Amino acid sequence: MEFISEFFLFLKERKKWWLIPLIVIFVILGSLIFLTNGSALAPFIYSLF
Amino acid sequence: MKVLGISAYYHDSAAAIISNGEVLFAAQEERFSRIKNDAAFPVKAIKFCLNEAGLDLKDIDFIAFYDKPFLKFERLLETYYAFAPKGFRSFVKAMPVWLKEKLFIKQFIRKRLKQLTGDKSVSKIKIVFPEHHLSHIASAFYTSPFKNSAFLSVDGVGEWTTTSFGIASGEKGVQVLGELQFPDSIGLLYSSFTYFLGFEVNKGEYKMMGLAPYSNLESKRVTTFIDLIKEKLVDIKEDGSIKLQREYFEYPVGLRMVDHKKWEKLFGFSKREPGQKLTQIHSDLAFSAQNVLEEILIKLVKHVKKVTHQEYLCLAGGVALNCVANSKIYNQKLFKDIYIQPAAGDAGGAIGAALVTYFLKSGKTFSGMKEPFNNYLGPNYSNLEVERALRKYKCEYQYFESETDLFEVTAQFIADKKVVGWFSGKTEFGPRALGNRSILGDATDPEMQSKLNLKIKFRESFRPFAPAICQEDYSTYFLEGKPSPYMLFTSKINPSHINDLPEKFDTFSLEEKRNVVRSKLPAITHIDFSARVQVVKKDLNPRFWKLIQAYKKQTGNAALINTSFNVKDEPIVNSPEDALECFLKTEMDVLVLENFLIIK
Repeated sequence: MEFISEFFLFLKERKKWWLIPLIVIFVILGSLIFLTNGSALAPFIYSLF
Repeated sequence: MKVLGISAYYHDSAAAIISNGEVLFAAQEERFSRIKNDAAFPVKAIKFCLNEAGLDLKDIDFIAFYDKPFLKFERLLETYYAFAPKGFRSFVKAMPVWLKEKLFIKQFIRKRLKQLTGDKSVSKIKIVFPEHHLSHIASAFYTSPFKNSAFLSVDGVGEWTTTSFGIASGEKGVQVLGELQFPDSIGLLYSSFTYFLGFEVNKGEYKMMGLAPYSNLESKRVTTFIDLIKEKLVDIKEDGSIKLQREYFEYPVGLRMVDHKKWEKLFGFSKREPGQKLTQIHSDLAFSAQNVLEEILIKLVKHVKKVTHQEYLCLAGGVALNCVANSKIYNQKLFKDIYIQPAAGDAGGAIGAALVTYFLKSGKTFSGMKEPFNNYLGPNYSNLEVERALRKYKCEYQYFESETDLFEVTAQFIADKKVVGWFSGKTEFGPRALGNRSILGDATDPEMQSKLNLKIKFRESFRPFAPAICQEDYSTYFLEGKPSPYMLFTSKINPSHINDLPEKFDTFSLEEKRNVVRSKLPAITHIDFSARVQVVKKDLNPRFWKLIQAYKKQTGNAALINTSFNVKDEPIVNSPEDALECFLKTEMDVLVLENFLIIK
């Protein structure tokens, strides 16, 4: 709950409500990827992500 | 008020603990995990900081993490959205990490600290998230001698910001006056060249900086490269802001830094693969990239001076570790003095996040450090602990009751051209070994650079070594430049120590150029007669200062080679065991562990 309320406050402060549909789609897509490969190790050669 | 600062997840994670605005302890996770630039959550570094400070979690008022994860996530989403469908592969790799850890960092910090200490009070500690560049700026300003100063923070990227400047005031805090935002990034422009030249991004930038002086502005190819960079890759404005030509760069959502084909067509040669032989064309491009970086930074600093009207400047962020560019900025004489905190990269963010939290929450005024910032903040080992390690490794050793005797014997070994591992006191915080975890050698020996590079450090032969010299002797050996206790500026060798160069020196290959004995201190004289000097101050590191004095007394020379105590791609040694491992697997001749001396 703490996470959701803080993320809501963040969106409110940044006035970025338009990100919500994007977040929903990306989180669903990301969760699928997460559930299918299960790896949480950062695989990057650059640390931008 | 006590604050625990943490930096993690991108490169070089670290922890620091501060009490009432004073940095008590700080350490990089790599020193414990033995993984170079370890980006993992710094469990071991946190444990060290708490133990050394004698604190429990219940004593901590705030935990400060060095960036804002939500804001970074916003940047990721907007960038993927803007570039879609390009970037899907990068998205596939990034999302699991974000959904498992990075997005829930507050909960994750609590969970890990609870596991670490078993202390349930962690749920009551407030966790705050200062912005990435604010952490960088704070790590510089709040360890500087200035009451007020301008600041300039430049790195790859934080949340959105890649460059930030403004005024830092002891009373009013940090006031940002201008920014550059992702994907326009000075740090990532430089890293793109690092990548194209076959060095590792985020780790190999200093190698490219070291390669650059094997070329010069006299070369027609260099002027062509510089023109091409400014015409095709980056638009540099008069105020130092930049606009990158997007079609040449893949880093915003790609798994490579640049578009290989476009860069190869532009510069007329193939991307160098890691380990591939270095030739003149590689150093020409490295020099060109360095030159463009310096042009951007000088324009930026001029703009910062114009808008801030401050007398002093604090530089921060990973780009502030580029000592060649720092010296060019210093030589502009726009500011009375410049200060850079020695862990200017992400590790230093742990210190900065903690310090800015302290000053914001306490409302206290910062009035400038009275003494130089002491970055010997890491683990320390007693003679008893050293002896235990020596017995474990079944080493024969000699113990010196008298420090003076130890310094004299060690100095004699260095004078006899032996390579000495020097382990003393607390580990340095930051990327440079500054006389507590160092490998030392005789700077007058023409063979020493090759010996150290190839037989001890197992690293690229073109790379120069840095000298350490007592503050009192600096001007005898070096001209210009800013005497730095942290190796953050370069200086020119005094002409009285320089030898005449052979005819047609410019036509020599890289290897031939390196083999010419260019000065009376060949091992620390870079190809352009510069050196990244560590000025050793007696009050900051008395043991190292006394050792150099003993060497000077015996030889008449006051400059030693000081290189970090590690081999290629390994972190600097931390414990006596790490030092012994390194000593035994290299051709190092002598090891000094606190008051013990071991001869191979």
